[in-house]
Amino acid sequence: MNPVILGLITIVTGVAGCIGYFFLSNLILDAVLPARGPNAGRNINRANLIRPWLFLLPAMAALGLYLAYPVIETLRLSLMDRVQGGGYVWAGFDNYSQMLSEAKFWEAMRNNLLWLIVVPAASTALGLLVAQLTDRIAWGNIAKSLIFMPMAISFVGASVIWKLVYDARPEGADQIGVLNAIYVWMSGDGPQTWLTLPFWNNFFLMVVLIWIQTGFAMVILSAALRGIPEETVEAAIVDGANPFQIFFRIKVPQIKNTILVVWTTITITVLKVFDIVFAMTNGQWETQVLANYMYDKMFRANDWGVGSAAAMVIMLLVTPILVWNVRNARREMR
Amino acid sequence: MDNIAGKRSSLTWIVHITVAALVALWLFPTVGLFVSSFRTGDQISASGWWRALGASEQTLTFRTAAPDTQVEEGGFYVVEGNLFEGGDPLDLRAWGVSSREVDAFRTGDTAELRKGGTLTLSPDGGYRMENTEPFSGKRGQRVFVSAVVPPEFTLENYNNLLFKAGQGEGMGEAFINTLTVTIPATIIPILVAAFAAYALAWMEFPGRALLIAIIVGLLVVPLQLALIPLLKLHLGIGIGKGYLGVWLAHTGFGMPLAIYLLRNYMAGLPRDLIENARVDGASEFQIFTKLILPLSFPALASFAIFQFLWTWNDLLVAKVFLIDSTGQTTVMTARIVEMLGTRGGNWEILATAAFVSIAVPLAVFFAMQRYLVRGLLAGSVK
Repeated sequence: MNPVILGLITIVTGVAGCIGYFFLSNLILDAVLPARGPNAGRNINRANLIRPWLFLLPAMAALGLYLAYPVIETLRLSLMDRVQGGGYVWAGFDNYSQMLSEAKFWEAMRNNLLWLIVVPAASTALGLLVAQLTDRIAWGNIAKSLIFMPMAISFVGASVIWKLVYDARPEGADQIGVLNAIYVWMSGDGPQTWLTLPFWNNFFLMVVLIWIQTGFAMVILSAALRGIPEETVEAAIVDGANPFQIFFRIKVPQIKNTILVVWTTITITVLKVFDIVFAMTNGQWETQVLANYMYDKMFRANDWGVGSAAAMVIMLLVTPILVWNVRNARREMR
Repeated sequence: MDNIAGKRSSLTWIVHITVAALVALWLFPTVGLFVSSFRTGDQISASGWWRALGASEQTLTFRTAAPDTQVEEGGFYVVEGNLFEGGDPLDLRAWGVSSREVDAFRTGDTAELRKGGTLTLSPDGGYRMENTEPFSGKRGQRVFVSAVVPPEFTLENYNNLLFKAGQGEGMGEAFINTLTVTIPATIIPILVAAFAAYALAWMEFPGRALLIAIIVGLLVVPLQLALIPLLKLHLGIGIGKGYLGVWLAHTGFGMPLAIYLLRNYMAGLPRDLIENARVDGASEFQIFTKLILPLSFPALASFAIFQFLWTWNDLLVAKVFLIDSTGQTTVMTARIVEMLGTRGGNWEILATAAFVSIAVPLAVFFAMQRYLVRGLLAGSVK
C-alpha cells in the first residue's frame, strides 16, 4: 500500500481510536457506577478512584513498553550472549569485560569525557554571553532568533553544513572550505584535513553541537536574566558597581540554578550524541563516542551483548542527573 | 538599566559589534551551504562560495570545433569559430592549450599546438587554427581560458534533485517518506499525553506524586537503551521494520516530554474554573474536552513543534525501526548520510539535499518560534 495512504489511515484510526477509547471507557464507567440512585455516594467515590487510571492507561502503556521495559531488558541482554540459531545463554559479565578490554571503548570513553567537559561549558557560557548582550540592544530579538535557528536544523544537516566549512582541497588549489581558506591565507602553510587530525578533530565535531546548543542555553538563560528583580541591580549601580561586577556578582549568582539546569540538559544531549559523529567521521580517526560505539556493536558487528553493555554505560552516566532531576521535581511539587 | 546612575555605558558600541560578530559567525556556515546549493558543481569546486557573491576569475575549459569542419585556404587547413558560441561572451584574461600551462598566452597570441599547427585566440573568443597538414582526430583542440565570470546562480540543482526521475538520488521519495513518518508521530502522542496530563494535574488518586517522579526520570533515559529490546519486540510480534514500528517508537519516546509539558501547563490553569465546572455537574470527560483542551492550546502547540522537529530531524530511530534492506522507506536524513559517503565531493548535490531537508523545519521554526521558546522554558526541569 502507498505509505502516504497508510499514514493517513494511521492518523485517522489513531486519533479515532484514542478518542473512542477515552469516550467509551468513561461512558462505561458512568453506566456501571451511576452517580445517582441508592448507591450514588459510594459509586461516585469508586468511579473517582478508577477514572484517573482510564485517562492514564494508554500513556502508561506506551511509557512502560517503550522506555521502562527496555531499561530492564537491556540490562538482561548485557548479561547474555546470543547463540547461533537463536536463543540466549547466560554470560555473566563477559560482555562487560570484553568491552573493557577494547581500545575503541576507551577511546570512546575518553572522547565522551572531552565532549562532556567542553560542550556544556562552551554552550552555556556562550548562551549566557549572548543572552546578556542582546538583552540591552534594540535588535536583540532578531539576533537571538538567528542564533537560536540552528536548533531547528537536524544534526545531519548541521554535519553537512560544517563539513563544507572543514572541506580541504589539494595544496595550491582554491580552498572552498572557509576554515582552510583562512588557515592557508593566514599561515601560508598547506591546507589541513581537519577531520582526520587525531585528538583535535574531536573539537571540530564538538563545534557543531555547541553551534546548535548555544541557542537553547541562550533562550533559557535570557528568560532567567529577565526574572532577576531590578532592585538588586539598581542597588549595585548605586553602590558604584561596574557592569562586569553587576554581571558576575549580582546577576550570575541569582540565576545559578537555571545555569545548572541548562548545563545538565546539554550534558544529557551530549551523552546521547550520535548523528554528528556518525555522519561526519563515523568514529574514524579516533573520534569514536559511546553512542556511536554502541551502534557499531549492535548493527554492524551484530553483537547485542556488548552493544547492550555499552548502552548500560550510557545509562549509568545519565543516572546521577536523573536522580537529581527527580529530587528537584519532587521538591518543587511540595 | 545601566544609565540610571547617569553615565550611559561606553560599552554600548562594543556590545553592538560583539553581537553582530556572533550573529555573523552563527549564520556564516548555513549561508555557505545555502549559496552553494545554487551553484553548479564546477563553480563550487573552483572557488569558495563567498567569492560567488561577486565576479570571480576562473579557469574554464572549452573545445574548438572538430577537425571535420576544417576548410582548405591557400595551402593551409583552417578551423575557425568562437569559443563562446551559444553562450555569453566572457572577459578573457589569459589562455593556454595544455592543462599544465593554462595561462601561457594573452589574447591575440598564437600558440604552437603539440600535434602540429597553430592556434590564435582573439579577445572576443574567436579562434583560428591553421596547419599545413590536415587536422586529424575526432574531437577539437582543448583550450583553457582564465576569464572573469559574473556571479551566476542556478535552480538546476533543485530541479535535478526533486523532479528528475532517476537522477534525484531518491530525495523526492525520501521527502514523502519523512513526511509520512512525521505527521502521525506528532499527532498521536499529543492526544494520548493530554489525557494523562490532565489526570496527573487535576485528579486526586494515590500514587500520583510517584508517577510524576517516574515521568521526570524517564525524561532523560537515553533512547539508545530502547533500540535492541524494542527491535526484538517488533520483530517478535510481527510488526518488523516499517512505518507502524517507527510511529509507535516515536510515540513512546516523545511521551515523557509530552506529559511533563502538558501537566505543568494544565496544573497552572485556575483552580476555580475546574471546580466550578465540577460543581455545575460537568463530567471529567466534558471538563477535559470542553475546557482543558482548548485552554491548553499553547502547550499543545509547543509540544507539537518539539515532536515535529525531533521526528523530522531524527536519524537513529528511523535507521533502527524503519529502514529495511530494500531501502524503499528511507528518510531524508538517512539518505544524506549515505550521500556523504558515496558523494562526498559532490557539494552541489549534498548542499541541495541538505537544504531540502532543512527547509521545512526552518519554516516551522520561524513561523512558530514563540511556542517553541515557551515550550523550552516549561520543559527544562527546574
